[in-house]
Amino acid sequence: MDPRPGIIKERLKSIKQTIAVSGGKGGIGKSVTSTVLSLVLADAGYKTGLLDLDFCGASTQTILGAKNTFPKEENGAVPITINGVKFMSITCFTQETATPMRGTDITNAITELLAITLWGDLDFLVIDMPPGLGDTLLDTINLMKSNFLVMTTPSKTTVEIAKKHIEVLRQSNAQIIGVLENMSRGEPSASRELAEKFDIPFIGQINFDPKLEDAVGNAEKLLETRFAKEIKSRVAKTLKSL
Amino acid sequence: MHEWALAEAVISTAVEFAEKTGFEHITEIEISIGELQQIEEDPFLFALEEMLKEKSKPVDKNTKITLEKENAILKCKSCKHEWDYLNALNELDEEKVESIHFVPEVSHAFIKCPKCNSPDFEITNGRGVWINNIIGK
Ligand SMILES: Nc1ncnc2c1ncn2[C@@H]1O[C@H](COP(=O)(O)OP(=O)(O)OP(=O)(O)O)[C@@H](O)[C@H]1O
Ligand SMILES: [Mg+2]
Ligand SMILES: [Zn+2]
Repeated sequence: MDPRPGIIKERLKSIKQTIAVSGGKGGIGKSVTSTVLSLVLADAGYKTGLLDLDFCGASTQTILGAKNTFPKEENGAVPITINGVKFMSITCFTQETATPMRGTDITNAITELLAITLWGDLDFLVIDMPPGLGDTLLDTINLMKSNFLVMTTPSKTTVEIAKKHIEVLRQSNAQIIGVLENMSRGEPSASRELAEKFDIPFIGQINFDPKLEDAVGNAEKLLETRFAKEIKSRVAKTLKSL
Repeated sequence: MHEWALAEAVISTAVEFAEKTGFEHITEIEISIGELQQIEEDPFLFALEEMLKEKSKPVDKNTKITLEKENAILKCKSCKHEWDYLNALNELDEEKVESIHFVPEVSHAFIKCPKCNSPDFEITNGRGVWINNIIGK
């Protein structure tokens, strides 16, 4: 019998809201959005955590510019705080080394992280999800009560994949916060239609920000970007009103 | 000392088990600890006993804990070679062992198949903390 799932509820009980940034398609801005969202929430005074569950493509540490993230070992693993955000990722343990993992390893590592991480009181725990409908998504649904923020772009393939993503979330009775379109071109949006079709909120559009890349790796600079301001006005606002 | 966190997991799982099975008292919890996670037995046992002292039925100070070590066996998915983690342990520095101690799957970053150098191996045995048996009445 695996002892770890039995303690996860206890570990998460002082977290008011968990937001899993997903969407299905790769490369659509899940990691920048989850990272910047956590920075924006912390900056607004909320107790915030960021959990990177994209083990095979972990990138939030790069976006934050985080170094020396090894957690403190107390009666569990206490996450390091970076710019006000409590940070946990597989890279806290692997640093720069590549970590190829199969499905069972992924499930085991997620279970372990959730069982040992002591988040303490949080208003928000933001999760960066990997692309796809694989183990991580299913484990996140089964092991924790997350609210999903489904990301899209104006691309047809992205919207089609997001549709399947929403279907799986629905079948699993997972909560969906809404659909957020990234890299928008301001045109009438297929993402909005998607949200309407499933009767879930359309949170809004985030524009392509040519200055974003330059700010990656520097949390203070990230907060100054137009991207961050848009995340704040669209997403952070929606979360507060929930 | 994150052994404490794992001890808490064992206790809460035993309590949940008692609720499910209707056991009034858990008399014994048999735990195996896999070598890969390098759990320190004494602090782990100490944590379990401290927690049990504070509890009342279904688990309490009369609940017996038995610990058994399990060798960690790794098996290469590419060439099928099997080896014992203890052979690899000597070559890892303290920081890496510490990382594997927190999350055993991190071993995929630091250990390669000694035959073919692939990082694609399976942990077939002795990963971490496991409850072998819960005895109650
Ligand atoms: N609105 C935006 N403006 C400018 N650049 C953006 C925007 N959104 C994302 N990017 C850039 O696009 C790239 C992909 O973003 P990101 O890594 O966050 O995507 P992802 O969905 O997490 O990818 P993966 O599925 O691989 O995890 C990054 O270089 C990021 O900086
Ligand atoms: Mg990503
Ligand atoms: Zn091999």
